[in-house]
Amino acid sequence: MESFRGQALSWELKDGVVELALHRAPCNEIGSLTLDELEQFVTVLDGLESVAHALIIYSEVKAGFCAGADLRELYRRSQEMERKDAAKGVRDYLERIHRVLNTIDASPLTTIAAVHGVTFGGGFELALVCDLIIADKMARFCFPELRLGLIPGFGGIPRLKRDLGNAVVRDLLLTGRSFNATKLQQVGLVSQVVAEGEAIRVARATSAQLGKFDRQTAIAAKRFIKPIPYEELKEEIDIFCELFVQPAVEAGLRKFAESEDAQPYLP
Amino acid sequence: MTAPKQTLEEILDLAAAHFKVPREKLTPDEDFFKTLGIDSLQALDLLTRLEHHFRIELPDYELQGVSDFRTLAERIQARL
Repeated sequence: MESFRGQALSWELKDGVVELALHRAPCNEIGSLTLDELEQFVTVLDGLESVAHALIIYSEVKAGFCAGADLRELYRRSQEMERKDAAKGVRDYLERIHRVLNTIDASPLTTIAAVHGVTFGGGFELALVCDLIIADKMARFCFPELRLGLIPGFGGIPRLKRDLGNAVVRDLLLTGRSFNATKLQQVGLVSQVVAEGEAIRVARATSAQLGKFDRQTAIAAKRFIKPIPYEELKEEIDIFCELFVQPAVEAGLRKFAESEDAQPYLP
Repeated sequence: MTAPKQTLEEILDLAAAHFKVPREKLTPDEDFFKTLGIDSLQALDLLTRLEHHFRIELPDYELQGVSDFRTLAERIQARL
């Protein structure tokens, strides 16, 4: 299988590069549909690793790369369940997304997130699993979870800690403010900042360059320099689940779900 | 240091050009969400453009409740 066209995402293999395109309006919110298709993708990723050297993840949606978890679906589903069932449901959901993201993080392919526009919450966490982030100058990154009484739940904190100084991590998490691409390049997280609309082109050019290197050497280098913080990732799920059952979270999610604005907590 | 009036004019010029609204329709004290017809995501886009234009960092929480160009200019001016 060298291509797939789903409702939330598509992928294809071309010239040794797997391109995973997100295309679920309004901004690639990760709910059950996207998660199902991401799980299908990582199932075939193993087979693609023998014929590819790179993976690019990007968005075909104008608003941005990904606005994170589908909070409206999360709220709706949690309301349909008993409290203890809702807590179990959210843990199952997190464990599934962690399996997907851990697989991409540990993939022997060199992985690139080509991002533009809104790269928030779970969308930021999806970018963080990649080896390189190439950002459109208009990309904007944010962990807004504290505004809802939560912490990031898709592995954001352990992966930020892996890649950045603790003071920057605290700023991102505790203020919940959004950073532009230039700022995140200055602190060392974004690899390249490019002109508007150029992120995917530059990611393809970078992938072509990576294809010139010996694969086994690239795999050994990645394994050596990019440890996966499995214990902290599990701890993050526990903390998220403890917080999720607090009344403040239900109130925050209700406010979000009942608003007609795309991202009600923005200015 | 950019003068406050100049800062305001540059914001109005940038907003008019990007959102394709006639410049003369934009006034300092009107609600820019209504005048420009933008939502919160587009406001974020405007924020990023302003950060690039003025070479500043402007935390989004400083803009909470801000909906007119004059106050926006004051917030930006405080970081120049």
